[in-house]
Amino acid sequence: MQRKLSLTQKDALIGFGLILPSLLIILGISLQPILSTLFLSVFESSRGINVERIFVGLGNYTALLSEQLFWVTIGRTLYFTFVSVGLELILGLAIAQLIHSHPPGWKFLRTSLIIPWAVPTIVNGTMWRWIYNADYGALNGLLLQLGIIDKYIPWLTKPDVAMNLVILADIWHSVPFIALILQAALATLPADLEEAAAVDGANALQRFLLIRLPLLRPAILVALVIRTVEAFRAFDLIYVITNGGPAFGTVTISYLTYLETFSFGNVGRGSALSFLISIFTLIMAFIYIRVLYRPEEN
Amino acid sequence: MKKTMRTLWQVLLVIPVVLFIYLPVAWLVISSISTRSELLSTPIHWIPQQPTFQNYINILVPGQDASEVAKTFRITLWNSLLVASSVTVIALTLGSLASYALVRLRFPFRQTMLIGILGTRMIPEISLVIPLYLFATRFGLFNSPLILIITYLSFALPFAIWLMAAFFNTIPVELEDAARIDGCNRIETLFRIILPISAPGLVSTGLFVFLTAWDEFFFALILTSTVSAKTVPVAIAEFTGRYVVDVGGMMTGGVLAAIPPVILSLIFQRYIVSGLTAGAVKG
Amino acid sequence: MKAIRSFTILTFALIVMASVIGCAPQQPAGPVTIRVLSMEQAGATVDEMNAIVGEFNTANPDIMVEIEYVSYDALHDKITTSMASTPPAYDVFLADDIWYAEFSKAGYVMDATDRITQDMRDKIFASAWDITSVDGKVYGMPWLLDEKYFFYNEKLLNEAGFSAPPTTWEELVEQSIAIKEQGIAEYPIVWSWGQYEAAICDWVILLYGNGGSLMDANGAPAFHNEAGVETLNWMIQSIDDGISNPASISYVEEDVRNVFSQGKAVYAVNWNYMYDLVNFNTDESQVTGQIKMALMPAFTGSGVESASINGSMGFSVAATSPNKDAAWKYVEFLTSEDVQNRYSAHLLPIWQTSFEGENLTKLEGYTPANATTVPMFNVQFPYAHVRPKVPYYPEASKTLQLALQEALTKQKTPEQALNDAAAKWVDLAK
Repeated sequence: MQRKLSLTQKDALIGFGLILPSLLIILGISLQPILSTLFLSVFESSRGINVERIFVGLGNYTALLSEQLFWVTIGRTLYFTFVSVGLELILGLAIAQLIHSHPPGWKFLRTSLIIPWAVPTIVNGTMWRWIYNADYGALNGLLLQLGIIDKYIPWLTKPDVAMNLVILADIWHSVPFIALILQAALATLPADLEEAAAVDGANALQRFLLIRLPLLRPAILVALVIRTVEAFRAFDLIYVITNGGPAFGTVTISYLTYLETFSFGNVGRGSALSFLISIFTLIMAFIYIRVLYRPEEN
Repeated sequence: MKKTMRTLWQVLLVIPVVLFIYLPVAWLVISSISTRSELLSTPIHWIPQQPTFQNYINILVPGQDASEVAKTFRITLWNSLLVASSVTVIALTLGSLASYALVRLRFPFRQTMLIGILGTRMIPEISLVIPLYLFATRFGLFNSPLILIITYLSFALPFAIWLMAAFFNTIPVELEDAARIDGCNRIETLFRIILPISAPGLVSTGLFVFLTAWDEFFFALILTSTVSAKTVPVAIAEFTGRYVVDVGGMMTGGVLAAIPPVILSLIFQRYIVSGLTAGAVKG
Repeated sequence: MKAIRSFTILTFALIVMASVIGCAPQQPAGPVTIRVLSMEQAGATVDEMNAIVGEFNTANPDIMVEIEYVSYDALHDKITTSMASTPPAYDVFLADDIWYAEFSKAGYVMDATDRITQDMRDKIFASAWDITSVDGKVYGMPWLLDEKYFFYNEKLLNEAGFSAPPTTWEELVEQSIAIKEQGIAEYPIVWSWGQYEAAICDWVILLYGNGGSLMDANGAPAFHNEAGVETLNWMIQSIDDGISNPASISYVEEDVRNVFSQGKAVYAVNWNYMYDLVNFNTDESQVTGQIKMALMPAFTGSGVESASINGSMGFSVAATSPNKDAAWKYVEFLTSEDVQNRYSAHLLPIWQTSFEGENLTKLEGYTPANATTVPMFNVQFPYAHVRPKVPYYPEASKTLQLALQEALTKQKTPEQALNDAAAKWVDLAK
């Protein structure tokens, strides 16, 4: 029976077979919660037992889209996402390159990279909140002893400063992810291509830009997509370090969703926000893929 | 001479990276062995003058006075290990198969599927957690490690699939074609050629899936209630009271929670290196 | 293909396993189980709470209480989630006083009005009932009475040449100027004005101490007036003048304690918990033995002698609990005069009788800190204000926190910020 199938058909069959278990699990777990969130998003309702639900159609969505707070928050979230992911990519690529060139102690460095990820986020956040503290924080202590500042600075009292400090904490936590992914990708790259280029007289930078970077593109794409999705939904670190303050200066879109859903009990609005977040991330993922993904190279 | 210069440059670059990673870590460790009174002093005591290991003693060999969190910390550590490793094993096995199919095999909707799989990861867990709680109570899974394994798979699988896709994509197609000419079918190619070459990727993916599950907080908070299923992040969060934050205890928890993943990565370091050589030989 | 098949089988096995476990009967034989959700560091220690449960279980063989603890931060989310299932995961839970209006409207908490005896009404502090009451109905037993106090570092104050703490905020400013001039403290007072509920607590103290209030008798916002603007201006001015620690804008209670216990501030406003840790615990504090408490100051000419914030909690029974009677029995036991008198080393009782005669002597003797905090409680508690009992309080509070922060970070004028917040409150009440 199978012999009669063409190679492509056979591929398709195997393909579906390989994907099926994963798909079953993902859908089995997520489908119902996603559908119920979608359902809730078209009602105006507060949380509670036997509360009255008022059908509002797309009302929650249009209301959110017409609010200034929503767009300001989206703007802030985009800033957080692009600054942190951008810097993480640059630093991550540099660190991956460095490790790949096998400097003295590279194995130690590679293992060390795990640590920022291994420290639980809640501890991570508390640690940074403490480091940034105006009166007894390590940042002020260090900068003062190095002579960079002459007086302790209340870091977290200015919205833009607080935002950038949260980004710094996020970078510390997430650079290792990109660095390790790219380093592992570098390890799988064939060495002969570059050697050939070196023989042809290409210098290190040319070899990096023309050979290594294009080969790394799939890995960069994946790292970027995953990190962007994560960063756009950033919540935990912000909750612990600033609680969204000062003056909502670090409230991201996920934080707003948390406030609406859990703190305020505006279940409908919270669910609508969730879907708007998904749509935004989906759009960003598509843009990345259009720009970076070229499957027809195969 | 040129080699020495190169090494010198490398070392100059390694130092800031190491500092960037270790300065906060050092502060974490210092906080865990300082009394609060010393932690608060200005100018800062970079090296505690009266280091105390009481926080570690409380967690590792809890006495009568230790807090409830400290007493149960070891049990929650075990729960976390169980959940995170189960999730890793399942996500890696199923995920690499799916990933291979999505990257290398041609069939309808595969790109849509690749993005769709990630789509489930795009909805904030804040919105998913109440339906999942209801699911858990309906099936009697509330407060069991199993519900955490199941729900964590919902993000660990897409994560694994995407990461593995990155590595599979970097493997030249020619390699696979050569194997197929030698008479291997798809599945054989996957297991004999692709997976061995991707060992560094597999190990990295596994490590990251493990860490993501290890760090997860919100699902664990809502879906568990007692030490029979509570995980480390939830336990550590309990060092915060209504007003009091037991910073020393929390930092100690953080240091201890970071140790198992680091040990794991040390164990798997070897495989990353051997995967590298295997790939080089075949390539 | 073999591999695929085994994976499919594995997946199905997982699903089947899940449903089998799900079908297992869930009717335990024997005593009724009452599940209680409490929190870590809730005043009473976990050991004390467990001991009370032990006593109850021994005295009531037909009831089996199981108690669990979460962090305060997680408590609200845990309660609201667990109420989504029937029966709820918890029969009894600890609730903060600002959640009661929300919980009663959502139908989470059992109406216990008829279960409160006249004896309980008479002997428990009237303002304690405010915590668990919404619109005249009682939804639980008050527990863990707390309010904010005025703390000062007597040693530093004496060094500055003052023998008594300020009784008005104006006097505090005068003393602070002298303290600054002598270089005793760079910022004499530290507050918790971060974007948290803590900011509202501090603002209530200042606003009510200036004759203002958050809400009028009709439930309309009442803070966007002269009293409110004046208070907010005073806060901004005190930061500009270096009297209040500028980092207060990012601080919560614990930061206040940390700064105060370094001797970096002469005054602080905080809850009861701070006294023991700052004045008696050498591991935590560098100023042990130097700390005193005084009546919270108010503004001159406001006609108010003092104002503070009531930050207590209560134990309630879930409205959907299948075992309400047994659950209430436990709540009653936990908050009974007898149990409270015996377990008051770390929290203050709700019974007025606990503050009289022999009970008072015993209460004051439990810890060195109690000798100061118990008499201080008696003095300050009559001035403690409860935050508005409206179901939309969490959102109203966040709105007001934003307004305060916008004014403190000078993004808006106090008038503008308070007017915007008041408009939002009106919106929320609709």
